[in-house]
Amino acid sequence: MKSNKSPEEYLKEHADEARAAVTALKNSSNPVIYVGAATCGRAAGALETIAGFETALEENGITAEIRKVGCLGHCYAEPLVIIQNPGFPPLLYQKIGAGEAGILVRSFLKDGSDPCYEYLIGALEADENFPTLMDYPRYLYEKRVVMAHCGLIDPAEIDHYLAVGGYESLASGLKKGSEWVLEEVKSANLRGRGGAGFPAGRKWEIARQVEAEEKLLICNGDEGDPGAYMDRTLLESNPHQVLEGLALAALAVGAEKALLYIRAEYPLAVKVMESAISQAESKNLLGANILGSDFSLAVSVFQGSGAFVCGEETALIESLSGRRGMPKLRPPYPAVSGFAGRPTIINNVKTLSTVPSIIKNGAAWFLDIGTPDSPGTAIFSVVGEVEYPGLVEVPMGVTLEHLVVDVCGGIKNGKELKAVQIGGPSGGCLPASLMDTIIDFDSLRSVGAMMGSGGLVVMNEDTCMVEVARYFTDFTQGESCGKCTFCRIGTRHLREILHSITIGEGLPGDINDLTEISEAVVAGSLCSLGKTAPNPVLTTLRFFRDEYVAHVEGKCCPARMCRTLTAFYIDLEACARGCDACVACCPTESIFTTSNRKKAIDQEKCVKCGECVYACPPEYDAVRRVSPPELIPDQGVEPLPENEKEESEA
Amino acid sequence: MLNKLLASLDESERAAVDDEEYAVLKAVAAELPSVKRDVLELIPTLQLIQTKHGYLPRLALRMVADHLGTTVSKVYGIATFYNQFRFNPPGRNPIKVCLGTACHVKGGEIILENFERRLGIKENETSEDREYSLERVACIGCCALAPAVVVGEKVEAYVTPSKVEGIITEIEVRKEMAAREQKKDEE
Repeated sequence: MKSNKSPEEYLKEHADEARAAVTALKNSSNPVIYVGAATCGRAAGALETIAGFETALEENGITAEIRKVGCLGHCYAEPLVIIQNPGFPPLLYQKIGAGEAGILVRSFLKDGSDPCYEYLIGALEADENFPTLMDYPRYLYEKRVVMAHCGLIDPAEIDHYLAVGGYESLASGLKKGSEWVLEEVKSANLRGRGGAGFPAGRKWEIARQVEAEEKLLICNGDEGDPGAYMDRTLLESNPHQVLEGLALAALAVGAEKALLYIRAEYPLAVKVMESAISQAESKNLLGANILGSDFSLAVSVFQGSGAFVCGEETALIESLSGRRGMPKLRPPYPAVSGFAGRPTIINNVKTLSTVPSIIKNGAAWFLDIGTPDSPGTAIFSVVGEVEYPGLVEVPMGVTLEHLVVDVCGGIKNGKELKAVQIGGPSGGCLPASLMDTIIDFDSLRSVGAMMGSGGLVVMNEDTCMVEVARYFTDFTQGESCGKCTFCRIGTRHLREILHSITIGEGLPGDINDLTEISEAVVAGSLCSLGKTAPNPVLTTLRFFRDEYVAHVEGKCCPARMCRTLTAFYIDLEACARGCDACVACCPTESIFTTSNRKKAIDQEKCVKCGECVYACPPEYDAVRRVSPPELIPDQGVEPLPENEKEESEA
Repeated sequence: MLNKLLASLDESERAAVDDEEYAVLKAVAAELPSVKRDVLELIPTLQLIQTKHGYLPRLALRMVADHLGTTVSKVYGIATFYNQFRFNPPGRNPIKVCLGTACHVKGGEIILENFERRLGIKENETSEDREYSLERVACIGCCALAPAVVVGEKVEAYVTPSKVEGIITEIEVRKEMAAREQKKDEE
């Protein structure tokens, strides 16, 4: 059913309609309230915020529209709210709970006079009365390509995506042909954002050249890396961008079937994507004869059941086939023979989300961003001990220091940066001295870390690197599929040794054993789960060997994190008579009153949770943490006699 | 289908099926015929059962194997391989403690321990009264809000040991209020 109209003309009809609808919303005479309600926003209480707005609007008799949008990536400021009040530029507010929502409605929407500067971050557009977002380093240094519209458009409405030029790339791809799309992505040198960095265009070309009855395109949204959530954010905040990228990739490859493989733990993402697919189909942007062309694409969602190893292409295909996700020997590569023997291309959510912008702006534009070997931007979830954690999109080629200090505000509470863990369980821990490392696929690999999926955890002096290595090894050990002996048993040995070191039972030969086993696991594993599993151990051994030695020889945890090797006590000099802030917070009732009516910790009962450290008023700051536990000084603590206790209570 | 399954059990196995499990099995037996008899449907079928009933009763795995024309061992292998599946019914208030990297660094283990101590159950267990169940999850993707815990559908951010106490107290208070409301209605 080929039509005479070009795909672009077809799209224009939808886009004009969409623009009219969105412009009407923008110029609405009533206020419009956009609340960031992706999973992270909801965690911070966005749904309560919405309820707060609804109640306040009704109480004050104000008509306003409330829209749920996706995530801006500024997790430290959640719940985020954008208010578009006629006569003002759109204003972005931070940490708006139900109470603040009420205040905003009363002071800003009802009286119209007070824009509540106390909650304001800034205006989205330049304005003489308000700071704009670009006045902040976070916004200034970021380069938003993939996340450009996240948190600003309503993911539940295709019109919002169409109004910002959505699906235009698909229309021009359909007009100029699949060969052109492939060439454009190839010359842009778009490297796979899933971690390994294999050029997407080359992968597509392999599948394109295979003669097959049916080809399959899979979007890998099985983000299993603990500490990374940008795939989920992209799926939830701008679903149509993923779909457009998927359609362009399918066009280039010659696939007529596509699958979104999304973790079942991301129920909101699944829901958003399913609704996006049906909306796109209803506008003929997916389905049969897309935009009147002879290209058809059927898209469906498959829910992954949670297995880290399914990030590996062959394992993912196994799990689609109703089997355990165990990787297979390659070749044949999935691009040649994958699901049910068909050529299968698997691309990460971020990779596909980048495609529409390349097609729209051209390969040369993309090559201008980032470094020659790793063009484009990188999205990191920077979390841990930084001032402004969240999702950050920066051009490739910036240094780690720039990312952590300039963009994310540096280390919290004036502490020292100790290490950044980059790339999740497959990545490594880099010390402060390597903070000038450039972020791109190859530089990170050269220092023993990995781009991975973009998880970046910033650690300060209170984090024990042996414990971090134990944590990651525990994770990969649990996720090892069991196929390769070295991975299955080697990671278990690594974990046991690391565990014994963290509880002070390390033996002198342990450090050498760790190195030897790690090398064996790398050499003896089939897939990259096993090949990279020892990375956290190897990098911590390389950069933080002292800490291992302290644990093994001194039975001491320098970061005072390993609980068996640490103890808490209350400094009687600093403790205030009569104060019992710490008593109420102790989950095991291990804090008692001493004979001089100060507080002390019963070491037998103490579980070392550290809660009393936070409960102790800062002006006293009396709780001390020591490692090894023998360092607790003898302060001559005597419990308060029973009879006096009653007196004081009376 | 259910009768066939029950007939295949020996005396002690049949006695172990309580009313609750029987009801779930009956429902599963009614749902299965609508599933295509294709081994590709295995994982989606297990997901369907778990979504509906909250867990996979062991005997349901036999029915699934029978329906899809595969072996019980294969179904069991799949169900135990993937983290999503569980074999005991969840509590009315399922508690999932996130132990992703960021949560771990910020003391997620301590939070898990506090729940264990407070509820008197270990991870992957359900309390006797079915009120609570406790498990660890790898990452719920709320790393900037670490340490995080999911209670029911709600994500609790920046959890501390005292907040654990608060979370449980809140659930208990709600329960008490609901019970009083009900009592009032009855009167």
